[in-house]
Amino acid sequence: MKPPAIHDPAILESPLAIQGLTVSYGQNPVVYSVDFVTPPGSLTAIVGPNGAGKSTLLKAALGIVRRLSGEVLVYGKPYAQQSQRIAYVPQRNSVDWDFPATVLDVVTMGLFRQLRWWQFTRRKHRDTALACLARVGMESFADRQIGQLSGGQQQRVFLARALAQQADLTILDEPFAGVDAATEKAIVEVLKSLRQQGKTLLCVHHDLTTVRDYFDHVLLVNVRRVAAGPVDEAFTESALQQAYGGRLGALQLERIVSVNSTPGA
Amino acid sequence: MDVWISALLFSAGYNTSLVTLGAMALGASAGMIGSFILLRKRSLVSDAISHATLPGLALAFILTATLTGDGRWLPGLMIGAALSATFGLWCVQAISSRTRLGEDAAIGAVLSTLFGLGVVLITAIQTMNIGGQAGLTDYLVGSTAGMLAAEAQLIALCALLLLLACFMFRREFLLVCFDAEYAYTTGIRTRRIDMLMLLLLLAVTVIGLKVTGLILIVALTIIPPVTGRFWTNRPLHMVAIASVCGALAGYLGVTLSSIRSGLPTGPLIVLSAFMLFALSLLLSPRRGIVAKLAAHQRFKTQVHLRQGLLSLARHEAIYDGLTLRILKRHGYIRRDHVPTPSGLAAARDAEHEEQLWSLYRTLYPDEAAYAGYVGLEPIGQCLPPDTIMALEMRRYPPQGGAS
Amino acid sequence: MSDFLMLSLVPMLIASIIASTCALLGNFLVLRRQSLIGDAISHVALPGIVASFLITGTLAATAMMVGAGVAALITVAMIALIKHLGRVESSAAMGVAFTAIFALGVLMLEWHGASGVHLDVEHALYGSLESLIWFEGHDWGALLDRQALADLPPQLPRVAWVGLLVAGFVTVAWRPLVVGSFDPEFAASVRAHPTLVDLLLVAMVAITAIAAFEAVGSIIVIAMFICPAAAARLMTNRLSAQLIWSQVFALLSAILGYVLSGYGPGWLGFEASLSAAGMIASVAGLILLLACLFGPQRRHHDASGEPSLMPER
Repeated sequence: MKPPAIHDPAILESPLAIQGLTVSYGQNPVVYSVDFVTPPGSLTAIVGPNGAGKSTLLKAALGIVRRLSGEVLVYGKPYAQQSQRIAYVPQRNSVDWDFPATVLDVVTMGLFRQLRWWQFTRRKHRDTALACLARVGMESFADRQIGQLSGGQQQRVFLARALAQQADLTILDEPFAGVDAATEKAIVEVLKSLRQQGKTLLCVHHDLTTVRDYFDHVLLVNVRRVAAGPVDEAFTESALQQAYGGRLGALQLERIVSVNSTPGA
Repeated sequence: MDVWISALLFSAGYNTSLVTLGAMALGASAGMIGSFILLRKRSLVSDAISHATLPGLALAFILTATLTGDGRWLPGLMIGAALSATFGLWCVQAISSRTRLGEDAAIGAVLSTLFGLGVVLITAIQTMNIGGQAGLTDYLVGSTAGMLAAEAQLIALCALLLLLACFMFRREFLLVCFDAEYAYTTGIRTRRIDMLMLLLLLAVTVIGLKVTGLILIVALTIIPPVTGRFWTNRPLHMVAIASVCGALAGYLGVTLSSIRSGLPTGPLIVLSAFMLFALSLLLSPRRGIVAKLAAHQRFKTQVHLRQGLLSLARHEAIYDGLTLRILKRHGYIRRDHVPTPSGLAAARDAEHEEQLWSLYRTLYPDEAAYAGYVGLEPIGQCLPPDTIMALEMRRYPPQGGAS
Repeated sequence: MSDFLMLSLVPMLIASIIASTCALLGNFLVLRRQSLIGDAISHVALPGIVASFLITGTLAATAMMVGAGVAALITVAMIALIKHLGRVESSAAMGVAFTAIFALGVLMLEWHGASGVHLDVEHALYGSLESLIWFEGHDWGALLDRQALADLPPQLPRVAWVGLLVAGFVTVAWRPLVVGSFDPEFAASVRAHPTLVDLLLVAMVAITAIAAFEAVGSIIVIAMFICPAAAARLMTNRLSAQLIWSQVFALLSAILGYVLSGYGPGWLGFEASLSAAGMIASVAGLILLLACLFGPQRRHHDASGEPSLMPER
């Protein structure tokens, strides 16, 4: 039977609305009945302990992992109809960096949906890719073999590929994992500039101390949804306690929650 | 049938019994060493090893033929096979560790190239016009029909020795398979143990050539270990089960081949092993397909049922077709999706349980995080009654005011 | 010279077409670390053909191809089933599936004696490239003579069609193939259908293996799926250049191998001819060996070359 139309405007306008999403491997749920409505134009962190199903939640939302139950809507429509509005940045270590490709080749993959099979990549595509590389400060590496890059540079290339997709919603899986401080700063700059253009960003994040600096919204998960909302409201001591259990010391908690910096504006 | 039964009872003659015993010992040792190789995730290395024996076989054949006039001298052929298999193994190691190519490409390249070289040598033998060359093709798919007693004894003896060697080194092998770096810190010479493992695999392959043939010997080192994995989670148990399966496959295969003359032993052994595997794949209580599908289905139903009941309790619309079907099946909603009285009661219960769980998670976040309850289980079965009592008191304070 | 036309031209052409087709697909198999799927599929062609012979009673080409195709399909399905439902590591799953089906094929063959039928294990493994003779190829004029051309062994047009099919597939599916080989998760997110592309790639491998199997046996197919592409991988860091290298290596092995097997013994003063399929595989291996020793990009980038105490992986 056809589900009745959804009229909730928050869901219809949300770049990614997830309802009752459950994913399980065998009988162990990795994600259990998570609801989350991404606010448009937000820069949202998905935070939770290791093995809390953060990446799986996103992969299931994108249809990369099969879900047991739940509904996912992208701007009010099923993902299959809207995939061109989403860019996905997988974890850096999920691919074989020894692949015979140059930096430019990888960024050009971001133009996948624009190119038909009989079209060659032409000057304008090349220029687009180079412009995206320039935004992440990598234009001089365009002809490098990807295996010669450092971890931080690889992550920048992945971000440039997502930029080339010119999507309204960009989903990043641990973009700051194992990158150097300069790269982390550069990536944050790019993310914030994207938000200024009205784009929405959703980002799995593992460093609790930087949540307040980088993000304006947060979704705390540990298999289930623990808390969600603007950082000031949702990123609280009790929510963190509930998500992380005893894994965070009291001192540590206090430092994270009451970091005296301006909330990401 | 009678022939088969007499073979099964080891009363079909000295030679058949000897071959049966030899094949059993071979199966057991192949299953044993194969288990370690499987744990090391290098199962198909044995495919490269077995194909790489062909050029050695052919060269040894040419050499003994020119010396004695007949090339079919089993020990000589085995030595030749072992030498060229060692070369193949070294090539696989060198290619996968010193170049950027993966082990899969190294295996494929070595097996096809050396086998091709062997084929070239065999065609050369065919034009050389020397005695006993038909015997050489027996090594492709195996044949025990014309096996001499001395050959069967040699095979059985070698297989027993291998079994013993695997048994002696089982702990070292296991440590290296599980965590090579840790093994190294305990003073085990990881590289040597790894090499020893591969050499034993090579020895099994060479011994098995005559029995199952070089294309099928790989099956004997893969199928029984995989079968063993279905029945246990403990590695040494798995090794034991694998060697029993291997022995059983050898026993069934050789005795079955006595039903009719000219039946090849190799395929029958492999198919027997495969039957054991297929049964395990389907029926193993832990990892078998039937058990797992049933469990998955149960869990999925549970999730949908709970989500549906919660939606009923909260008066939310339900869109999911499966959820609606499950609710209907339980009689919780009518055909027009209106909840029945029993549905409302169940929804209330589910909501109640859900609230207790979430209260438990907020009150005792540490315990909840460690215990890892999903919240689908009835709370009474997971928590002690006094805890539930305390939760109820918090949820519904005595002076009234329940939600 | 007429000898060449009659005896050597057709086998050489067939070997070259098969070699270059296999090498083309092999590039993707090597990059995806799936090299051994070609090995598995070419092993099960024999059981398929035996089964189709036992059912239909003929050795007609179409029946054989259908039988081999069904066997390949069953094998791929079995591998997927064992891997996903049984949680068995993929190379082990492959080993279980293809050896069992191959064993079944050998058993069926021996059970029915297959005497008198030109179908045996050795033939299946190393084929009979040399027997593909063009009887009408008396002189160069025959190349223009329609009647003589009609007498060409039917394997030639068959492998040519398959070669065209594979080339077409790689051209059309180029971008999804590359993206899916590099980053399957990203490919899924841009709806490049990585699973579908995977399946089509395996289907192409199966079609090639089956068409080639009938003409040249399985050993050459396995060698050509892996050796030229692997050697090409060691020559360059660009995918397009790698493709070209693999084609060069494939054609070189096919032609050199065929010439060596046919004329090599003569040069050494023997009156014999060696297995062409085996020789082609050997030459391909030799090329890979040279690439391993001297290829400019032979080393892994991450490995700084320092010897490690630990075994790989």
